[in-house]
Amino acid sequence: MKKIVLIGNPNIGKSAVFSRLTGAKVIASNYPGTTVGYTKGILRIPGGEKVEILDIPGIYSLEAASRAEQVALNMIKEGNIIINVVDATNLERNLNLTVQLFKKFRIPAVIALNMMDIARHHGITIDTEKLSRKLGLPVISTVALSGQGIKELTGQLTNASIPEINFDDKEKWNLIGAIVEDVQKTEHRHPTFAEKLSDISVHPILGLVFALIILYISFWTIRIIGESLIRFVMDPVFNVLYEPLLENISNALGHDTLVHKILIGNLVNESIDFRQSFGLLSTGFYIPLAEVLPYVFSFYLVLTLLEDIGYLPRLGILLDKLMHKIGLHGLSVISMFLAFGCNVPGALATRILETRKERFITSTLMAIAIPCMAQIAMISGLLGKYGPPAFLTLFGILFIVWLGVGMILNRYTKGESPEILVDIPHYHYPYPTAVAKKVWMRIRYFISEAIPFVLIGVFIVTILYITGFMEFMGKVFAPVITKVFGLPPEAISAILVGFLRKDVAIGMLAPLDLNFRQLIVASTVLTIYFPCVATFIVLLKELGIRDMIKSALIMLCTALIIGGAVNWIMILLGL
Amino acid sequence: MINALEKEMKITLVNLTNNEEGFILSIEGGRNAISKLEALGIRPGKKIRKMNSQIFRGPIVIEIDGRDIGLGYGLENKVLIK
Repeated sequence: MKKIVLIGNPNIGKSAVFSRLTGAKVIASNYPGTTVGYTKGILRIPGGEKVEILDIPGIYSLEAASRAEQVALNMIKEGNIIINVVDATNLERNLNLTVQLFKKFRIPAVIALNMMDIARHHGITIDTEKLSRKLGLPVISTVALSGQGIKELTGQLTNASIPEINFDDKEKWNLIGAIVEDVQKTEHRHPTFAEKLSDISVHPILGLVFALIILYISFWTIRIIGESLIRFVMDPVFNVLYEPLLENISNALGHDTLVHKILIGNLVNESIDFRQSFGLLSTGFYIPLAEVLPYVFSFYLVLTLLEDIGYLPRLGILLDKLMHKIGLHGLSVISMFLAFGCNVPGALATRILETRKERFITSTLMAIAIPCMAQIAMISGLLGKYGPPAFLTLFGILFIVWLGVGMILNRYTKGESPEILVDIPHYHYPYPTAVAKKVWMRIRYFISEAIPFVLIGVFIVTILYITGFMEFMGKVFAPVITKVFGLPPEAISAILVGFLRKDVAIGMLAPLDLNFRQLIVASTVLTIYFPCVATFIVLLKELGIRDMIKSALIMLCTALIIGGAVNWIMILLGL
Repeated sequence: MINALEKEMKITLVNLTNNEEGFILSIEGGRNAISKLEALGIRPGKKIRKMNSQIFRGPIVIEIDGRDIGLGYGLENKVLIK
């Protein structure tokens, strides 16, 4: 099958073009470096032939700085046809890649001149026919997010041609300058509202105020949507519709049978308790669907809006100085944000980082100090009755750990921490369909990845209890659990299950009747000590076995020290 | 001669005040830094405007060709201005 490769600078809408062409679902955001691997899709071109389309990470030039860019460079050679996606708002810089590309590779190509809507908004007009004649290949103007021009693009694929571009490297900018001069007209426009807002959001003082407001609003939006979904949708569905059905099944099975224990779990006061029964059909579905999903949904809705508007790179600038204290630069903030949704995409996003040091520190820190949304949702179920101070305590502890461990890692990890250099995207209104699609993709990923693991987790818990293994482990680890962490020996079950799923692990604390101090200690330890299995596998792949072992040892030691310290300090404070 | 003087004085992006404009004279740095900056349109001859800078030698935001670009203090110091 013929292969078509999408090539272009970062953050100019390659993924959006890809998903329009193929109908396939890939994540597109408004910051450089959204795509870190490559995605394949199938397209039927006019005439009925099927071709394979590859969406690859963005590159600025033919020299790779990060691992993601290396992926891109390796993929170019694979293409039979190139779609060079060019940002209409920044023709000169984009043509720099175009001329290098066609000087080196003699592959038939077309240009998709994307973001024409924003260009027009900025007073930029480009004569596509002239550009096409100058370069010697078809040029189609597109607005990938809305789908404009995509049909023409597909139609022109059969007309793809090899451009004749030859120049001396010293003459490169003159050549590009001449082309731009000839095809582009720029009218001066007064700064738009978005541009003024952009200035404010990177202002050293106003920007911080702005950031606090944004984060505060984000936090409350996530909380209100999440809580409302649980209270008004999920809980009624489970309690009113699902529970009677489950009670019937429970009675039919007989309360003391093994099957009952596995499917329904233990009855609390003669009835099913979705939080405490721990059967596959009861707690196994209640945790992912009723407790976690609402928060995962609201988190991804807010994150997707922040991404598509283009706010996150600006936050990266503001926090750059802080991030340098822990050996990273501002853009690592994006990985950290993604990790709050789920550590897996967070770990994958480290590929845009240039050095091993940055990747190691970012991965280790997110695994140690950033609880995923599934875990946070479960924690809020437990800590909710203590109100905001409880959350401030927990996240305060995790922030100190993040900063402290980060500073130590920065000191003792060899290697360089490059400086921030980021193209700040224009703010733009998110397209509702694009947002909806992206949130849906992320939710679907959660449902397909999380539910099986939760069910396996719940099943294993039951088996471990039935076989008496849990009790045995409780006795073995009792000294650490009780003396160091001040938790009841049964908490070992949560720690064991945490290797599989953190949300189930937190859920297992529910029946233990822990006090405030114990809840804080347990939540802290469960966050720090080890990543869940899905994250572990990704980290192992990204870091390699040696760094993963190092990282894991750091996690275990940190959990012991911090868990113990928090316990003792809270006891001393009389909490 | 004037060129040499300018180089001597080494006016870099750091010396620009906020909202001040200038033309890039040269970029003093390794091949890697030069190509990274060039890829974002930061190269000799270009008109550049410093928009603002974060405190404590934090990164700055510049405008070039109607685009905003954020760059760290060390890189900022490599961009000579005339």
